Amino acid sequence: MHKKIKDITLAPEQYELHAEPSYQFGMNRRKFFSVLGSGIAISFTVVNSIRAELIDNKDTKDSEDLISAWIHVGETGLVTVYTGKAEVGQNIRTSLAQIVADELDVPFNKIDMIMGDTALTPYDRGTFGSRSIPYMGPQLRKAAASAREYLIEMAAVELKTDRKSLQLKQGIIIDQKTKKSVAIGKLTAGKNLVKPINNAVVLKTVDQWTVTGKSVLKVNGEAFITGKHKYVSDMKLPDMLYGKILRAPSYGATPAEVDISAAKELKDVIVVHDGDFIGVAALTSKIASDAIKAIKVQWKTTPQTGRSEIFKYLKDKGSPSNRKDQKTTGNADEAFNKSDIKISQSFNIDYIAHAPLEPRAGVAQWIDDKLTVWTGTQRPFGVQEDLEKIFNIPKENIRVIMPDTGSGYGGKHTGEAGIEAARLAKEAKKAVKVVWSREEEFTWAYFRPAGVIDVKAGITKAGTLSAWEFHNYNSGGSGIETPYVVPNKLIEYHPSDSPLRQGSYRGLAAPANVFARECIMNDLAQAAKIEPLAFRLKNLKEQRMKAVLEAAAEKFGWSSKKASPNHGVGIACGDEKGSYVATCAEVLVDPAGEVSVTRVAVAFECGAIINPIHLENQIMGSVIQGMGGALFEWIDFKDGKIINPTFSSYRIPRFSDSPKLDVVMINRKDIPSLGAGETPILAIAPAIRNAIDDATGKKLYTLPMAPNGISL
Amino acid sequence: MDLLINEKRYTVDANSNESLLNILREKLDLTGSKYGCGEGSCGACTVLINGKATRSCITMAGTVGEKKITTIEGLADEKNLHPVQNALLEADAFQCAYCAPGMVMSAVSLLKSNARPSEADIVRAMQGNICRCGTYPRIVKAIQNASNQ
Repeated sequence: MHKKIKDITLAPEQYELHAEPSYQFGMNRRKFFSVLGSGIAISFTVVNSIRAELIDNKDTKDSEDLISAWIHVGETGLVTVYTGKAEVGQNIRTSLAQIVADELDVPFNKIDMIMGDTALTPYDRGTFGSRSIPYMGPQLRKAAASAREYLIEMAAVELKTDRKSLQLKQGIIIDQKTKKSVAIGKLTAGKNLVKPINNAVVLKTVDQWTVTGKSVLKVNGEAFITGKHKYVSDMKLPDMLYGKILRAPSYGATPAEVDISAAKELKDVIVVHDGDFIGVAALTSKIASDAIKAIKVQWKTTPQTGRSEIFKYLKDKGSPSNRKDQKTTGNADEAFNKSDIKISQSFNIDYIAHAPLEPRAGVAQWIDDKLTVWTGTQRPFGVQEDLEKIFNIPKENIRVIMPDTGSGYGGKHTGEAGIEAARLAKEAKKAVKVVWSREEEFTWAYFRPAGVIDVKAGITKAGTLSAWEFHNYNSGGSGIETPYVVPNKLIEYHPSDSPLRQGSYRGLAAPANVFARECIMNDLAQAAKIEPLAFRLKNLKEQRMKAVLEAAAEKFGWSSKKASPNHGVGIACGDEKGSYVATCAEVLVDPAGEVSVTRVAVAFECGAIINPIHLENQIMGSVIQGMGGALFEWIDFKDGKIINPTFSSYRIPRFSDSPKLDVVMINRKDIPSLGAGETPILAIAPAIRNAIDDATGKKLYTLPMAPNGISL
Repeated sequence: MDLLINEKRYTVDANSNESLLNILREKLDLTGSKYGCGEGSCGACTVLINGKATRSCITMAGTVGEKKITTIEGLADEKNLHPVQNALLEADAFQCAYCAPGMVMSAVSLLKSNARPSEADIVRAMQGNICRCGTYPRIVKAIQNASNQ
């Protein structure tokens, strides 16, 4: 049973890319010994969740197959839920609380979620891959249902009645016969429910949901809107110092000679020079910056591949596909040669930045040999493991806490700022905070991989797909499989060598792979003189994909298309992690080649909907964020330097870019709920591309498509 | 240096060329105003100076003088949120909400100068505020709702 929980909550995402820590300390690796004592003492309070405090309310973590690892019913009826998932704006705190409120049957406002805290929550591999709803949701539902059944059993003893006549409603267990009742908090008296989770427990059906499926507003929304919520970058511990790191002038540069003497002479400044790591901690961030400026370094640089040669480089360095990443049916090459209509095309995908509005931040505090790190990471337990390796101390002595964070989009799988703060704090013997500048975030975080995608596709005269060959170099394998029916196909992902640090992104490589595929589908339809929606439907079997295509088309008014001069319309679809999206876009291309997206309709289906108002927000946000990567976001780099590491040089979608946006959410109550943070981003880029083609006859094969408009 | 913030006078030890944002966050613990870019191009640090939306990250403290500074902490009183905050809450606009305080301050400034802004007015006034989560449609709607009250 224990193993099974691990399987569902810990199974690695096949293509999830975890950027390795970018540096290693050469610190004296002496063994630290655990001091006997009463666990980690946290004297500081931080707004982590609904309540404004984080207290050590559990001495040890219970085994994950016990209810008490996940759910605690307090004496007052307050239900505390423990999950290693992290809140980065996807509003999973709200959705998971809804699930527990529903299944346990307690008022929603009695749920307090403790999230992403290695000392308090069960191990979790990380918040990525749209896994929180399909995996953590059922896990908490099972724990809540087991708790419910167990509490009813306890009530039967307490009320001296048959459990069959008892019902738990809104935190109170009532005897239907005698009308006697007992509150669940009274039953537990605050004690842990040290009982196994029953994997066969009967769960409420979708039709019995009362809180799940409803538009519950963001938990603790007022704290955010009033500026009261403390992000890590807002935290301040007693006697805390401000840390700054001396960054290399470029990728591949290492310090050859370092002179820290002038910085060391500054008052109240701690300087750490450890291997390639050079950092300072001081009373104010201003003093820390001055101290960094006082450090003199001779840098040794190595030649670096630049943006101008990146696509050739990635393809040249591309390795043969391994079997896991290869999907072969029939003979794609032979079928291509025999096809009536053929298209062969190469696509270039640039690196882009996640650019979370809150840059990386970390606060670290050592008390004796015990380390606590607060950092905004999607993988608190991963950061704990990194710290374990780096500082060579037992994991039990490391606590990583992840307060609700200023977004991630797959860009915060790591914990650099927390690790840096921990290194400085060790030396300073005081708490240290490190907050990255925007330029640091743009330069030293990791990027959505660049890539080259080569496609060869063929169809019959009647418009039936006959051959499909698809090679992705470096950008990744997610979403690489085609949902269309093709008798002959060869699909391969070729890992390559990336000159820039790269990692996960919203949907991983799927936005790039779906872009290439849906552009080709558009062009094939055009070559066969078949209407592009009809062409897609003709080559699809998957009913769920057809349903989103038809829903988006209907909302958009696709059949009555062909708009005014200089306007064009496009359609595209995609699926990932079990959910389906289709997007129709209308663009205006002005005579100067400036592209604006005027209207979008998007249809999305991810099984039974947990929270419509938040789902719609995820879909809208994905479309708008996706427009950036589609049209104008790209990282420029030369000689190991990022050329555009600012919001004034790296363009991000703004209010004026936001189109008229219609969202259709298909609620499939018969399908288990799935994640929604990633898939809705897939189809916007190809829909825009196909609309530009419709407006101008220009076929674009790059992401981004029009950083400086398009040349007509 | 003396600064008039949220109708309170603060005496802070600061250089005149220090950014107002840094003083607010580091020296006065008014952390509602956020750092996002340091170059005045994302709006996360927006405060009101004499009622007008101003990027505090590129405002040197020495240039503020006797002007009235309002931060997100000074917007709502003990009991009531500002109508813009209420409207944003009702619209459930935000995801990570890191941009929220700056959005609120920019919207408050807009409604002070233009009580009934058109959608185009809102887009123009809010253009300097980035929401990386892409929640723009709901923010626009919330500002419209707030302006209709």
